Amino acid sequence: MAEVTAAGIQPEVLFWVGCAGSFDDRAKKITKAFVKILNEANVSFAVLGTEESCTGDPAKRAGNEFLFQMQAMTNIEVMNSYGVKKLVTACPHCFNTLKNEYPGLGGQYEVVHHTQFLNELLAEGRISVESGKFKGKRITYHDPCYLGRANGVYEAPRELIKKLDAELVEMKNSKKRGLCCGAGGAQMFKEPEKGDKDINIERTEQALETQAEIIAAACPFCNTMLTDGVKGKEKESSIQVMDIAELIASAKDL
Amino acid sequence: MEYLPNVIFAIVLLASIGFFTKNVGQIIRNINLGKQIDVSDQKSTRWKNMARIAMGQTKMVVRPIPGLLHIIVYLGFIIINIEVLEIIIDGLFGTHRIFAPLGALYSFLIATFEILALLVIVAVILFWLRRNILRLKRFIKPEMKGWPKMDANLILYIELALMIFFLTMNAADFQLQQLGAEHYTKAGVFPVSGLIASLFSDMSIPDLILLERTAWWLHILGILMFLNYLYYSKHLHILLAFPNTYYAKLGPKGQFKNLDSVTREVRLMMDPSADPYAVPAESTDTPDKFGASDVQDLSWVQLLNAYTCTECGRCTSECPANQTGKKLSPRKIMMDTRDRLEEVGKNIKANNGVFLDDGKQLLDTYISREELWACTSCNACVEACPVSIDPLSIIMDMRQFLVMEQSAAPSDLNNMMGNIENNGAPWPFNQMDRLNWSKEN
Repeated sequence: MAEVTAAGIQPEVLFWVGCAGSFDDRAKKITKAFVKILNEANVSFAVLGTEESCTGDPAKRAGNEFLFQMQAMTNIEVMNSYGVKKLVTACPHCFNTLKNEYPGLGGQYEVVHHTQFLNELLAEGRISVESGKFKGKRITYHDPCYLGRANGVYEAPRELIKKLDAELVEMKNSKKRGLCCGAGGAQMFKEPEKGDKDINIERTEQALETQAEIIAAACPFCNTMLTDGVKGKEKESSIQVMDIAELIASAKDL
Repeated sequence: MEYLPNVIFAIVLLASIGFFTKNVGQIIRNINLGKQIDVSDQKSTRWKNMARIAMGQTKMVVRPIPGLLHIIVYLGFIIINIEVLEIIIDGLFGTHRIFAPLGALYSFLIATFEILALLVIVAVILFWLRRNILRLKRFIKPEMKGWPKMDANLILYIELALMIFFLTMNAADFQLQQLGAEHYTKAGVFPVSGLIASLFSDMSIPDLILLERTAWWLHILGILMFLNYLYYSKHLHILLAFPNTYYAKLGPKGQFKNLDSVTREVRLMMDPSADPYAVPAESTDTPDKFGASDVQDLSWVQLLNAYTCTECGRCTSECPANQTGKKLSPRKIMMDTRDRLEEVGKNIKANNGVFLDDGKQLLDTYISREELWACTSCNACVEACPVSIDPLSIIMDMRQFLVMEQSAAPSDLNNMMGNIENNGAPWPFNQMDRLNWSKEN
């Protein structure tokens, strides 16, 4: 962002990469896939790079309001100084926090999730997905809590899967009644409490019941949890966990 | 002596209403122990939510079988109350079926009440079977042992008894009308009790009158007793569902409130023109406590939530933590909040309006830390609640207390927060490496 601003360019959108997208090996692949699509569509975008910092979501959900607001206000200061108007992110946790909790602290931006943004690009004809790579494949979609129930975005990711000519199959719990992957509320960063089962295993079992070949995810944390679940069930050879951005990029052979 | 029944009726009616009003006053006082929050915005949206969710039962039918059965009992409750109005007038003035002159409309009403009464009986029996014979999972969770289980069944027994009294009363009345008994004018159509009436065909007029009067009195006394039972039961939802859906959170479920007191602090810290050596203005107020460890730290809407909960357990059955055997049950969070609130209310009452420390609090005495830390904040419980209760907000407020007042987060989470503080990510990676992905293949 610093470089484009110095060059006097105001990019169309700021891509908020997020901590998972920046550091987690699996999530970095999602970041790269999404960037390939942005480049293919000639979207002028920028990232904050080393000026980006955690949105504060896990701190807030763990109960540390102070740390959350420190993070939020620092990020807001940075973004406001660049005059950021529109944000896109591939992480529903960042999406929720930026969209709902930043405005009250002085950060007013148009915030979209990458599945919504990809739909916009398709609708505007800036990208297309004609290739039949996923034609007829059974794909099940896992609703991330912070995209679905938390913000009511259920259709954008499903529309993209349908655009791939794939066969979308729903799990026992989906949309409003979608089952959490087990990572939310800062659970990603701690061991689960004592119980009979891990939540990601429960969800993976629901996904396996659909006999799908691909579990489509739209959140880096869900992706990790479900990938672990699939490994736990030793089903890596029959079912893959992929982000929607990866599906689109792969369909376009990017 | 002629007016004795009317006088007794008036006294019983006034006493029941009086006692009920007193208990409602107690509920209002208890709810007001919560923090004041402003919920005066977006009135039209709030009315719409109330009409849709409480009156329209839209969230009940997400589960079609109990949803449909509930609608029957709900309609029965509302519509049969028109009959209660007639009973009260008759009771006070010694009239009999005062609305009879309505003619065809009256016949239609009585017929409707009767059919609904029969449907309510069927629904109540099915509800009882689901709880006691089918033993659906959500009805037999640990928090449903003892009084909550008894309470749920008592409500069903009372409703069943009320409907049986109502139909018996009508059947005896119908029979008396057929025999041309004095005072029992021909009025109404009795599609259900007309069938029962044949059981009474051998009875004499005085016996029938005795039966009719007994059923009439038991029915109305039962209703007045039930009204006063509400305060002691989970059944308050029949009244509180309306204000509760009205005052429920608006806006996206994922939006958690930002604490203003923290915003002020952080702004001051980040203000480059603030003098770091300034002596803070003398202030006598104790700073706000962060989060909640007891019911008085919660908002009054959260306390209203607790009184509204009817312990149906849809929240708990949708909870991912509960489904995988963790201790957390959102329903228990609400039940604990109400129990503790009642305890605090009684404490204040016994001590002339002041709360005396009883060595207990909502945290630890009622709700364990293990429950609080098992939550994924997924909002499944909030989505599932048919009357817009928000157990998640209580969990989050209590976590806030644990972390900000006690620094008592699990050590893994302390590591995560330390990482965010030091290097701007929940993992120990250097912020300067944030863009490294762009240089990799």
